[in-house]
Amino acid sequence: MSGWSFPDAAREALRDQQLRANLTNATRSIRAKRAAAVAEVPDWDALRDAGAAIKEHTLRHLDTYLEQFERAVQERGGTVHWARDGAEANSIVVDVARRHGASEVVKVKSLATDEIELNEALAAAGIAAIETDLAELIVQLDHDSPSHILVPAIHRNRREIREIFLRELDVDELSDEPAALAEAARLHLRRKFLEARVAVSGANFGVADTGTIAVFESEGNGRMCLTLPEVLVTVMGIEKLVPTWRDLEVFLQLLPRSSTAERMNPYTSCWSGVREGDGPSEFHVVLLDNGRTAALRDQVGRQTLRCIRCSACLNVCPVYERVGGHAYGSVYPGPIGAILTPQLRGVEEAGSLPYASSLCGACAEVCPVKIDIPEVLVHLRGEAVARKRMLDPERATMKAMALAFSTRARYEAAQRIGRTGQRLPGVERLPGPLRAWTASRDLPEVPKQTFREWWRERA
Amino acid sequence: MRIAVFITCLTDTLFPQAGRATVRVLERLGHELVFPEDQTCCGQMHLNTGYRDEGIALARRFERVFAGAEVVVSPSASCTAMVREHCSPEVASRVFELSELLVERLGVEDVGAHYPHRVTYHPTCHGLRGLRLGDAPLRLLRAVHGIELVELAQAEECCGFGGTFAVKNADVSAAMLEDKMRHVLDTGAEVCTAGDASCLMHIGGGLSRAARPVRTVHLAEILASTAEEPFA
Repeated sequence: MSGWSFPDAAREALRDQQLRANLTNATRSIRAKRAAAVAEVPDWDALRDAGAAIKEHTLRHLDTYLEQFERAVQERGGTVHWARDGAEANSIVVDVARRHGASEVVKVKSLATDEIELNEALAAAGIAAIETDLAELIVQLDHDSPSHILVPAIHRNRREIREIFLRELDVDELSDEPAALAEAARLHLRRKFLEARVAVSGANFGVADTGTIAVFESEGNGRMCLTLPEVLVTVMGIEKLVPTWRDLEVFLQLLPRSSTAERMNPYTSCWSGVREGDGPSEFHVVLLDNGRTAALRDQVGRQTLRCIRCSACLNVCPVYERVGGHAYGSVYPGPIGAILTPQLRGVEEAGSLPYASSLCGACAEVCPVKIDIPEVLVHLRGEAVARKRMLDPERATMKAMALAFSTRARYEAAQRIGRTGQRLPGVERLPGPLRAWTASRDLPEVPKQTFREWWRERA
Repeated sequence: MRIAVFITCLTDTLFPQAGRATVRVLERLGHELVFPEDQTCCGQMHLNTGYRDEGIALARRFERVFAGAEVVVSPSASCTAMVREHCSPEVASRVFELSELLVERLGVEDVGAHYPHRVTYHPTCHGLRGLRLGDAPLRLLRAVHGIELVELAQAEECCGFGGTFAVKNADVSAAMLEDKMRHVLDTGAEVCTAGDASCLMHIGGGLSRAARPVRTVHLAEILASTAEEPFA
């Protein structure tokens, strides 16, 4: 991400009026639906507390639960792989696919595999990864990248999708009716499901005591991938565990209502190892670290790992609504991306992301596992500031202001200087970094008398 | 009641009328106002921008300056939220945003104000989600004589100020402001009010640049206005 910055990427995105219109329509609609779905649950806040507590407990004892999970998977005939980073995870998946002579693998929508760019690694090994989630398929056919955690093609409207399908799929005629678009995708995918010998999935949850993996989905494509091919490889971030099967109950309520505003998602697939004559005969799980252990070390930042990828924070975020997901330079956009990406990749790589928020707090209000996103944003800003050079102009200004605020005499002197300053000719536009203020807003006129001067005068 | 004014550096320097109005409303209700002159800034800007040491030092300074105060009032939800989150509970529990003090603590809704204008109210993020003011400001506004209160669409959405966000991400901030201004203009109000001078500075600055005839007026100024002595 060197040379990349959020403000630059956001400026670019803001120019796209179609994008802004698509996003506003989509986020407003999801937002209202989520609010209604959540309002139906009388103990919603207690459920959020329970979700947060389960995740917090698991993270605190993650070493124990990971080993328990490993044993449980092995006992049920699965193979467990440990991957320090994306490169290790990718080579594990490539090896499995190669061993089975696969030239194509079908995929269940998975952020973890997007994070490590598995599709690119497979392609480099001559293996085509076929996305089977409708929106992921749209994005893949368009040689684009997802812009939302749950709705990867949220930046596209149906007319645009029709054009992509006409260009990339073997169809002659197609309307932009959602049912017609879905049918075209379904016909294309059906053949892929029947041909594929290897499937790759992510995981919504892993259950430590039974070695079970759970995938929540809406379209049924996941169920096809998880049951038809002979070989299944699951890539799962190490933070995805819950201790027991019973803990899933909490998330079965929290996740669908927060993400798709559904009372229950249409398909929940759970599997534990392999079973003869039922589903894949070979099962691998790749436990992915890729920066998560480092995040776990940070006392304030570690709450980020509670995230269940529901995307409620994206849908309520006024910044995301205007710039879209691509501006965040990562598969994790929106408020959660602004705190997760700098922790996974390092603040030196993504130091502008924690500033991609007005700290309005809308995200924290909807988070189903009560991640205090503004708190983590501010904490990571501190990390970014700590890496600034001594002579950085912002740092120098902030230091000077802190000095001015340190005593009454200095503060009052600064007020007088400020007042004189604005009387100078040409100060309708501010200099330096403050120019950004006056680009779209007028400055207030500095009053002749401060409040404290008035107070003294009246005494 | 003896009430100390926490004016905030921004209101002190750029929007003293909101401070004067706060004093006028509370004095009219029979309270004694004091102003600890050693106060400067609560440290919010530093803390939220990532200058934690500087921000916390200013928060500690705030605690010392207001240590002796029985009740503190501020015409800013944002700075009150900062104090509540980062100062010791002994001090923090005695600091109130103006509408919070009036409605929750003093049990007043009708402060005897008269303001014959068409007004729309923008709930600021720190008032709404930080302090959970609920409808306290609206209850005060509804009790103002002569006012015509009109509802703002998408009211709960941030105006795009966000402190240094307005400068560091000026383009996104301006895009958020654009939408907020459109909603304000759609109400046909003459006045847009809020409980934070900072957000009003941003919204007002945008309206002024776009040469729109809507004024931004702090909630305290509306509450201070009477038929005999209009304030703003």
